[in-house]
Amino acid sequence: MEHIRTPKVENVRLLDRSSGQRKAGIGTLYLSATHTIFVENNPETRKETWVLHSMVSSVERPPTIPAGSQLLLRCKDFRIFQILIPQERDCLDVYTSLVRLSRPEKYSELYCLSFNPSMNKEEREESWTFIDLMADYKRMGVPNNLWVTTEANSEYRVCDTYPSELFVPRSATPAIIVGSSRFRSRGRFPALSYFHQDTLAAVCRCSQPLSGFSGRCQEDEMMLQAVMKSNPGSDYIYVVDTRPKLNAMANRAAGKGYENEDHYTNIKLHFIGIENIHVMRSSQQKIVEVGEMRSPSMTDFLWGLENSGWLKHIKAILDAGVFISRAVADEGVSVLVHCSDGWDRTAQACAVASILLDPFYRTIKGLMVLIERDWVSFGHKFSHRYAHLDGDPKEVSPVVDQFLECVWQLSEQFPCAFEFNERFLIAIHTHVYSCHFGNFLGNCQKERRDMRLRERTHSVWPQLWKDRAQYINPLYKAELSQTQGVLRPNTTPYCFKMWKGLYNHVQKSTAPRQSPSDFLSAVREQSQQLEEALTNHQEVPAGGTAHQTNHMQPPAETLWA
Amino acid sequence: MEFAELIKTPRVDGVVLHRPFMPIVEGTLCLTGHHLILSSRQDNTEELWLLHSNIDSIEKRFVGSLGSIILKCKDLKVIQLDITGMEECLNIASSIEALSTLDSLSLMYPFFYRPMFEVIEDGWNSFRPEDIFKDLESMTDEWRLSRVNRDFSVCPSYPPMVAVPKDVDDDALRKVATFRHSGRFPVLSYYHKKNGMVMMRAGQPLTGTNGRRCKEDEKLINATLRPGKRGYIIDTRTIGVAQQAKARGGGFESEANYPQWRRIHKAVERSNILQESLIKLVEACNDRSHSIDRWLSKLEASSWQTHVKEILTTACLAAQCIDREGASVLVHGTEGTDSTLQVTSLAQIILDPACRTIRGFQGLVEREWLQAGHPFQQRCAQSAYSNSKLRQEAPVFLLFLDCVWQILRQFPCSFEFKESFLVLLFEHAYASQFGTFLGNSTSERVKLSLPEKTVSLWSWVNRPQEIERLTNPLYEANSLVIWPSVAPQSLLLWEGVFLRWNRSSKCLEEAYEEMVHIIEYNKELQNKVNSLRRQLAQLETEDPLLQTP
Repeated sequence: MEHIRTPKVENVRLLDRSSGQRKAGIGTLYLSATHTIFVENNPETRKETWVLHSMVSSVERPPTIPAGSQLLLRCKDFRIFQILIPQERDCLDVYTSLVRLSRPEKYSELYCLSFNPSMNKEEREESWTFIDLMADYKRMGVPNNLWVTTEANSEYRVCDTYPSELFVPRSATPAIIVGSSRFRSRGRFPALSYFHQDTLAAVCRCSQPLSGFSGRCQEDEMMLQAVMKSNPGSDYIYVVDTRPKLNAMANRAAGKGYENEDHYTNIKLHFIGIENIHVMRSSQQKIVEVGEMRSPSMTDFLWGLENSGWLKHIKAILDAGVFISRAVADEGVSVLVHCSDGWDRTAQACAVASILLDPFYRTIKGLMVLIERDWVSFGHKFSHRYAHLDGDPKEVSPVVDQFLECVWQLSEQFPCAFEFNERFLIAIHTHVYSCHFGNFLGNCQKERRDMRLRERTHSVWPQLWKDRAQYINPLYKAELSQTQGVLRPNTTPYCFKMWKGLYNHVQKSTAPRQSPSDFLSAVREQSQQLEEALTNHQEVPAGGTAHQTNHMQPPAETLWA
Repeated sequence: MEFAELIKTPRVDGVVLHRPFMPIVEGTLCLTGHHLILSSRQDNTEELWLLHSNIDSIEKRFVGSLGSIILKCKDLKVIQLDITGMEECLNIASSIEALSTLDSLSLMYPFFYRPMFEVIEDGWNSFRPEDIFKDLESMTDEWRLSRVNRDFSVCPSYPPMVAVPKDVDDDALRKVATFRHSGRFPVLSYYHKKNGMVMMRAGQPLTGTNGRRCKEDEKLINATLRPGKRGYIIDTRTIGVAQQAKARGGGFESEANYPQWRRIHKAVERSNILQESLIKLVEACNDRSHSIDRWLSKLEASSWQTHVKEILTTACLAAQCIDREGASVLVHGTEGTDSTLQVTSLAQIILDPACRTIRGFQGLVEREWLQAGHPFQQRCAQSAYSNSKLRQEAPVFLLFLDCVWQILRQFPCSFEFKESFLVLLFEHAYASQFGTFLGNSTSERVKLSLPEKTVSLWSWVNRPQEIERLTNPLYEANSLVIWPSVAPQSLLLWEGVFLRWNRSSKCLEEAYEEMVHIIEYNKELQNKVNSLRRQLAQLETEDPLLQTP
């Protein structure tokens, strides 16, 4: 490929710093169109390390040392590779190639568009139907006499960043929808995110109103009234503005802002105070540094943790979810959530609320559905936020990282409530960045349709589903109390911990730590084998072909040895 | 003295009890000599039995004639009693105050407690030095059990029997004792079977400013070295603190006089600082404000986690010297009764799988804390809520337990016991019906006739039903040395103690039960499969036609 200046360098040393590796392996470094591949010389292991170019967030050249020239590869999943190349020239070639390869300029350069697993056309098409959003709306009971589908956005006519299929209050006429969308940033009018069958209250989402200091819009006011009317149990709705109030006020000067309570009847405004994407970007940079600190003192660590502000932001997002879920489940009041454009903080708050409200979203399949709905279909700008292409660095922000972390924090508090384990969350995190599959390419449904991604790429979900054995939380059990109903988390500050699995790879693997979760999974697997063995033994009629059962391998009793 | 004199009001009706995460109970409050009891007439509410000695501080509040007594306990629980009538309330409060601050050890509850369970094995005899020494004898003949301290005259804080190098006689020990703080001459703490290296502990040498030396001391500790080998002296104080100790007659081993030993100074904090740290930590945990910044900065300011890290780091160092460097180690600080014991006992947890069993851990606590003369009575007199002036209180033992918990959390399958055993030891060290943690040394325990007059905690713990309760279902005996990570990212706040009363543990308990269920079910299936296999095998031997070709 044109960008590869040198496809192969020998006698390279590579140190996977984030895995706690102490001694670098010696081997050969290959550059392919999609991966950096390192193969160790050690004939016994021939260990291979593959790094996808799209996972590389930065390539640095630390000063040359006597043994050779160095490269430092920082990855979007926070792994760090230290590479030592004997010849300066080779190093420069690799560096230049990688800088270019890790910053693709066109979608066509991305791995998912060349990734071709042995799968025929039908299988690929089927992979895209694995997650069916309409089936999930049906599961939550819509359409019904309160919420109906609308044709308003077919062909993305009203809002190009929204999905074409949407649910709106029954009383919202096309005129109201169009009117309301004109009064909302980027035309993102109020639409249904989640309907709570038990209380008939709903979670809706939109973007900020273009109210400025005094603007108003009759259709928008009617729209909110319609949202309220679609909940027979309540005579008002909450409007949750997830931004800090000051930011929302500042937006008024730009002709945007928030709902004026004098113009809208029966709304209660509530501000949450989740910071914007720029604050989050720099906060994550700091928490990553905290995770990478080498032998810090306890004071350095705690100070770094505090100074990063990261846990504070995670708490704010979780608090938003808690507020919404309480309103819906406990008060039976519908909630309309927005921020500025309604695709970052709004997605976070709505998705966390759904996790809290509905046990289905705490299953493996349910989380996939939730991400498809509140993130993919509602136009979260994946390609901008996760820097899929070389672009504006100010657009990049760890929005979905924070959502996944909220789920992780909840799983620490409710160990039996989630069907999946931390590995599943990390796998999703990786795929959001990797562009290995087509799901997260582009910034909205329309873009993905225009790129014909369903025809040209594969969906990640069937793959994750196939591998689900490794993502199962052994403690998950559908009948337990925390698995059912609404989760009511404690959000006192001491409940928030640094997510070591994501930010502190090093300490995770310095010693062969014992993981209770893996241990229990192994025990459960063994139990399954035993169950089979038991059935087989019992099926043998007395005095029958008993010798056949001898072929059964005894289950690995070494577990207990 | 009669307890009745202290009890101004023995009984009040209509008292309302508030406890964290439990339903409110209304009932009758009774004060006895050792307990505060609240029982309700409703059948299914739990009664409260609170030992007066568990009460760390009392606060009174009045709203009109409704009084509230807030009792803050040494196990960090806070409860509130609402009592109508100012006089009643004041009487109750002052009675509790008097009863919870009794100075005389002989009035303590363990002297009055009669066990309601059958004592299968008397815990007072479970860990006798002579029995412990038998294990050592089976591994090496380089050590002997000296009875030089049989009347506690050589070292008041040592037990009557201690293990010392075989070639050092009792006269030499007497001389060494005069050269070490409080007579705490170097004794054997741990023998590492794998390579024959040892860990010893002692008080600081009394070198003073003019560099006093003691030939017998040098000879004693050199006697533990293999020919041509060097050893490490781990001084738990910084070099600065150790230097200052010289002015007060203390000091450290100089390189010149102990050429075969390399001295390493570490910074493990001492008594007052630790107590203040505990107070600040508990205050931070009880802060109801909702700011993460405030929580993290208070947690940092308490320095508790820093102490945990320092202690673990020093213990790892000692373990490394022994296991990795193949060197013997001598550990001491100033007195050799606090930080020294934290280090020697944690090093054994790391090195010796036997210490990670339920019984082995009891043995460790007995050897390295109780018999080694950690002054439990002084250190655990008050806990985090006390307003009274501090004397010699310090959460030295609690920090040790916290460090064990950190290792347990990092190696959840390597310990036979679970977290609740550590919590239990914490509770009993501060307030107990058992005599185990009374007194400051073996000599005090003998003087008080504790073995005759009180019940040992180990008698209670070592009953099958209690052992079962403390057993970690994940345990798989692991004969390896386990190296904990001491990186701050790996050390967590011990929620089971510090947040125990601040958050509901329902979901975590449910998870634990589910875990037990998975494991029990597996065992049940294994038994079934095995028994079927046996039946099959039997059928095969009985019926030759069925034998496999």
